[in-house]
Amino acid sequence: MGLNIIVLAKQVPDTRNVGKDAMKEDGTVNRAALPAIFNPEDLNALEQALRLKEKYLGSTITLLTMGPPRAAEIIREGLYRGIDKGYLLTDRAFAGSDTLATSYAIACAIRKIKDYDLIIAGRQAIDGDTAQVGPQVAEKLHLPQITYAEEVFSAEKGKITVKRRLERGVETVEAPLPCVITVNGSAPECRPRASKLLMKYKHARTETERKEQPSCYDNLTSQRPYLNISEWSVNDIETDHKWLGLNGSPTKVKFIESVVFQAKESKKLSDNDNEIEDLIKELISNHTIG
Amino acid sequence: MNNIFVICETDEGKIADVSLELLTKGRTLANKVNCKLEAVVLGHNLKGIETEIFPYGVDILHIGDDIRLAPYSTLPHAAVINGLFTEHKPQIALLGATTMGRDLGPRVSSALISGLTADCTALEIGDHEDKKAGKTYQNLLYQIRPAFGGNIVATIINPDCRPQMATVREGVMKKEIFNQTHKGEIFFIDINKYLKPEDLVVKIIERQIEKSRVNIKNAPIIISGGYGMGSKENFQLLYDFAEAIGGEVGASRAAVDAGFAPHERQVGQTGVTVRPKLYIACGISGQIQHTAGMGESSMIIAINNDKNAPINAIADFVITGDVMSIIPKMIKFYKKNSK
Repeated sequence: MGLNIIVLAKQVPDTRNVGKDAMKEDGTVNRAALPAIFNPEDLNALEQALRLKEKYLGSTITLLTMGPPRAAEIIREGLYRGIDKGYLLTDRAFAGSDTLATSYAIACAIRKIKDYDLIIAGRQAIDGDTAQVGPQVAEKLHLPQITYAEEVFSAEKGKITVKRRLERGVETVEAPLPCVITVNGSAPECRPRASKLLMKYKHARTETERKEQPSCYDNLTSQRPYLNISEWSVNDIETDHKWLGLNGSPTKVKFIESVVFQAKESKKLSDNDNEIEDLIKELISNHTIG
Repeated sequence: MNNIFVICETDEGKIADVSLELLTKGRTLANKVNCKLEAVVLGHNLKGIETEIFPYGVDILHIGDDIRLAPYSTLPHAAVINGLFTEHKPQIALLGATTMGRDLGPRVSSALISGLTADCTALEIGDHEDKKAGKTYQNLLYQIRPAFGGNIVATIINPDCRPQMATVREGVMKKEIFNQTHKGEIFFIDINKYLKPEDLVVKIIERQIEKSRVNIKNAPIIISGGYGMGSKENFQLLYDFAEAIGGEVGASRAAVDAGFAPHERQVGQTGVTVRPKLYIACGISGQIQHTAGMGESSMIIAINNDKNAPINAIADFVITGDVMSIIPKMIKFYKKNSK
């Protein structure tokens, strides 16, 4: 029996490769200088979804992401790997959302998608490392959650069996469907793009993106409806505005400090034998080592 | 009412270190805002657990002792905590940033519509003025954490929603006994009041937990490798060095991500926080995520071929050169001079 799977994913600045131009002169982060990527653990989540789709014939995968218009890029990345459909939730009304307001908006979008057996997300995004949105979405939808998932063993007869990674071991849990699982970075890596799918979907665009391209592309999308990436604004989903964006965020940023390393007097050594031997002798004599 | 709560977790029948560290912090915060410190322990076979908790200055201890609460599972624990918090209205709630705390915290914050800040590296009490709304707030919890890959440090507050929730990783706060003879009150939670059948739908089928683990947290000497070590094979040199001088091997996130070392050895914001008497950083550039987890080491030696690496700014000794040739020399000179 096929499963309807929703994958939650986020486009994030690649904070792992922060270059020298990543900070502006005033000490704020220059987002434009950081490449935007598919959040790594969301790719682990996508891989689990793709494996389930292969295992249970007739399954579908819908990718849902919230972000600025350019986040459509990760929906295309999903299409190149085998998802069936993507939704981009984008609106200024969501700006300034903390994890709670984000999970509220995502939960409202999931209610609108409606038919789902399983929601799979990455454990956490590398721009915040909070790991909060998955469980918060689960709570908003009153669904059980399985966090730190490493492998889905089975998802049939209304039940899912999942291996979780804990600090010092593993645990296998069984939960009723539908439920939310968040996938750990220790799970298998995501497969690469499939060249056939890349050819098929390379012109997939959201409405906003289509407006920006030459009109000669118009026929293309009208003949091939699958090239249409759905774009939802706040008006396309049912929400209560008081839970959205900055207003709906209990946490506020009081201030931000850019990181400046405090210089202290350090002793500089080169790699020559005498200097290293002197250092070792000093460490031994002041009982730091030995 | 409106006290500070610490959700404690147990590990092999004892209160986990991270919870004792949070109780220590919670006691300090409670004194500052002049309220009581309350602790919650949920699990099974918890008889006598109070003797571990009261010395940390806990005034009120809530114990939920029931077979349905062990081992930890999200829904039953969340149901009990949600119920307890709704009745007692804590102003602050602290949890360990463990697989349990990071699973339970967001679930509870979502149910109670309260703000939660993950992986704080400092917690302070302070005031806040919202000029736009013309409101002032006193004694808020400042939740301080690095963000954006460690390029910024943000101070987060929850002005209006309660409890103000935060998780903190093991080893970030200091564990300190408040008073060995301190005694508080004990309340036994009526679990049946909160647990519903639908909270018990998730079943743990199997559990494999290793007893001991690599313990870099308490090691007096840590030799840590970064991405600059180049490979898993080159890390062997660090194990040799550690064995020679009696230390443990640590690693940066980049090294762990690259597969050079296992996650349990990761030092930094998303790993373990350490305060050894000697920290030797080999091929580590020193992003704040890393230095947040080792900056308080008594002595830091940085070995790096980049003389401008950020780690050098906080190091006591900077050796510029090739790690792979310097470490063998250090081992050699240690063996030569140590007897």
